[in-house]
Amino acid sequence: MQTTESRPVRFALTALTLAFLGVFLVVPLAAVFWEALSKGWDLYAAALVEYEAWQAIKLTLIAAAIAVPLNLVFGVAAAWAIARFDFRGKSLLTTLIDLPFSVSPVVAGLMYVLLFGVNSAIGGWLAAHDIQIIFAVPGIVLATVFVTFPFVARELIPLMQAQGQEEEQAALVLGASGWQTFWRVTLPNVKWGLLYGVILTNARAMGEFGAVSVVSGHIRGETNTIPLHVEILYNEYNFVGAFACASILALLALVTLAVKTYVEWRIERQHTASLIRTQQAREALA
Amino acid sequence: MSIEIRNIEKRFGNFTALDKVSLTVESGELLALLGPSGCGKTTLLRIIAGLEQPDAGQVLFEGRDATHQHVAERQVGFVFQHYALFRHMTVFDNVAFGLTVRPRKVRPEAAEIRERVMQLLKMVQLDWLADAYPAQLSGGQRQRIALARSLAVEPRVLLLDEPFGALDAKVRKDLRRWLRKLHDDMHITSVFVTHDQEEALEVSDRVVVMDHGHIEQVGRPDDIYEQPATPFVTRFLGDVNLFHGRVEDGRFTHGDFAHALDDRAGAGTDTAVAYVRPHDLDLARARDGALACGTVEHIHAVGPLVRVEVVPAGGDAIEVVLGKERFRELALVPGEQVYVTARKLAVFSGDYAI
Amino acid sequence: MNLIAKRYSVLPGFGLSLGYALFWLGLIVLLPFAALALTASTLGWTAFIEQVSAPRVLASLQLSFGAALIAAAVNALMGFLVAWVLVRYTFPGKRFVDALIDLPFALPTAVAGIALTTIYAPNGWLGRYLEPLGVKVAFTPLGIVVALIFVSLPFVVRTVQPVLEDLEKELEEAATCLGADRWQIFRRVIFPAVLPALLTGSAMAFARATGEFGSVIFIAGNIPLVSEIAPLIIISKLEQFDVAGATAVAVVMLALSFFVLFLINLLQWWTARRHGMK
Repeated sequence: MQTTESRPVRFALTALTLAFLGVFLVVPLAAVFWEALSKGWDLYAAALVEYEAWQAIKLTLIAAAIAVPLNLVFGVAAAWAIARFDFRGKSLLTTLIDLPFSVSPVVAGLMYVLLFGVNSAIGGWLAAHDIQIIFAVPGIVLATVFVTFPFVARELIPLMQAQGQEEEQAALVLGASGWQTFWRVTLPNVKWGLLYGVILTNARAMGEFGAVSVVSGHIRGETNTIPLHVEILYNEYNFVGAFACASILALLALVTLAVKTYVEWRIERQHTASLIRTQQAREALA
Repeated sequence: MSIEIRNIEKRFGNFTALDKVSLTVESGELLALLGPSGCGKTTLLRIIAGLEQPDAGQVLFEGRDATHQHVAERQVGFVFQHYALFRHMTVFDNVAFGLTVRPRKVRPEAAEIRERVMQLLKMVQLDWLADAYPAQLSGGQRQRIALARSLAVEPRVLLLDEPFGALDAKVRKDLRRWLRKLHDDMHITSVFVTHDQEEALEVSDRVVVMDHGHIEQVGRPDDIYEQPATPFVTRFLGDVNLFHGRVEDGRFTHGDFAHALDDRAGAGTDTAVAYVRPHDLDLARARDGALACGTVEHIHAVGPLVRVEVVPAGGDAIEVVLGKERFRELALVPGEQVYVTARKLAVFSGDYAI
Repeated sequence: MNLIAKRYSVLPGFGLSLGYALFWLGLIVLLPFAALALTASTLGWTAFIEQVSAPRVLASLQLSFGAALIAAAVNALMGFLVAWVLVRYTFPGKRFVDALIDLPFALPTAVAGIALTTIYAPNGWLGRYLEPLGVKVAFTPLGIVVALIFVSLPFVVRTVQPVLEDLEKELEEAATCLGADRWQIFRRVIFPAVLPALLTGSAMAFARATGEFGSVIFIAGNIPLVSEIAPLIIISKLEQFDVAGATAVAVVMLALSFFVLFLINLLQWWTARRHGMK
């Protein structure tokens, strides 16, 4: 039976959609690479090997290298507690984990300044002991951890809830210890969801601008991440430099999208397999 | 190994899943927990396994208290309703799992594990599937792998939750017989949960019928079928016709009709209900010994049996099952007036069997 | 932990995992919130009102929320269209386009910001064609709206898409049999089913757009009272060591985010209840 629009309507709607996506997504992406290479490969390469750019890349990698594992372990712990047990305040906890997503990154940065800045009690104590958090690397790492906080937990909780806990119970009945159950049954079952969460965390960690901008202090070669470095170069009208650094981040975004699409495809396949299984079971019952 | 369950209680919120349940499972027997969904049978099985904790009461294994023993220490084999096979492991790794997670000191050598797993796979006739993944197996194959996996650790007790629940009718019958044979070969104390009375009666040594967190009756399959202890058990074990009436002077009276009961019946009079299975009823044209009379409404001939629906004036239809021979002999015609006689009836007054 | 756990479970690690999760939640999320709340509480009502009602602050809040609202509305419409086309029609390269939808999530906001500015600048790829028409995008509130449309585009698409996918074909077939035409089917069968997801997605897009910073500051031009967004006010106040002022603006923004979060939860609860009744 005909349950779709006529051919011209379909064609017009598809064309409109593609035009919209073309202007809003493809053109900006193309512009990044175009501008980066507008003065040739030599200048592009030169902009990337520059000392300050290199320092920014290093700092970005450090921040991501700390934030990602921290949020990974947190996400797994939170998902284990939430998806495997019934306890009071569970829905409140789930809401609180999502909180960083509903806060403006600038407000997030401000909160850390208020917490660790020189005017606060903690900040005063830290200053007295010569420990600097705001306008230094620890502040950047903390702000990054904050803005990427929910990603892993958010991927894992629904996945683990959907999978149920019968396999883990089976492992325990067979004499496995808690850790053995976790490593040999739970983790392999959620590995794709976990990877998905890690990719999203990493992409956001390396690209975060607002929150990091507030706590960084913009000290060149010291507390600038790649996005902050891009801003400085751009404001100095060094467009080739700015877009060269931006192109690294854009490449990272493309890689993220590619891996994400692959992982989604894997999850979908796993899901379809289990769907087919339930289908078979249902048919068998009927 | 014997299992003793003493006064087990379990509540989920306001719902009482088990209300002071006591039961003994003899060593080496195959016991069925039978009942409708929500009767507490699966909860009881999970408490025996240690997957749930009872609110009160004790579970004893071989006379020793195991109530607070962790599931991993109970050495039970548990077969889950939906198998719970590890989806990312091959069939071989699934079956080997229980052996490979043992502490190094007591873990068998790799070669020994291999030998034992292959032996189990041969026993369940699936050794050719060792390298397959669970998703590639049929329901019946998965069920047998789940069983092999639980047997690999040489459990003291085997517990099965609705083992044939998710299988189609044909596979179900085959697996049933196969389980019975396996049990006869291995003699491991086994408890299985089912809501299918045919399955329980055919496979088990003894049946426990449960309802609303209580045990209604425990007994050998034929005892339960022939002498149901409560109206619930009678109704649950198969189709049944109800006759409301009174017990008076050793007779069950139903309207103008009466049926003599054996001498167990007391002298008093009381309202009562008689339960009669369709195949324990017969039809006649004479009034002698009849329990009711009515018009023949429908006649369905199915295979070797004939179902006749008799509707008494102003009453519910009575279902009578006759053999082909008997049906031919009677030469019934729809619309004709007949008398219903009972060969055997179970009379309950209140909740008590008479 | 028995005080917290509602039910016995054979699985181990409840205390450890919950304890660890709560510890990090407290340290990373709750402690900074507490710092903000503490600072805000020392402000006092009059000071707070005074800070928030300063013309520059008021203008920036209006701009941030107004531009976010327009962007969310545009995305409600276009996002719905994109989801519709991706789910119901086939065209070459569909898988690629589908993957590309998430670009705004993956592309760092600063990169999007400079790219959009370059494109829409008077001499840029698109700006040079818009300029003669009298349309100025870069360094005006319109530019802010464009940037916000970019960053919040995936929300509507990604919430509406699964709902459209799950829609039973039989519903439409039944409606066709009953004599409805395509437009009637859309209005009375499809749209009501998708509406909760569309609203949720738009609310999420709005929430994201109000707080957006990186992609906006480059294209906004940041002219006080005209194209200065609220997050920028927070930063500039902070740079002038006006912690109280920054906190006051942050509190207003946070209050709005929580309100939207509450609305989204309400919507989801409402949808779940309706589905539950079905």
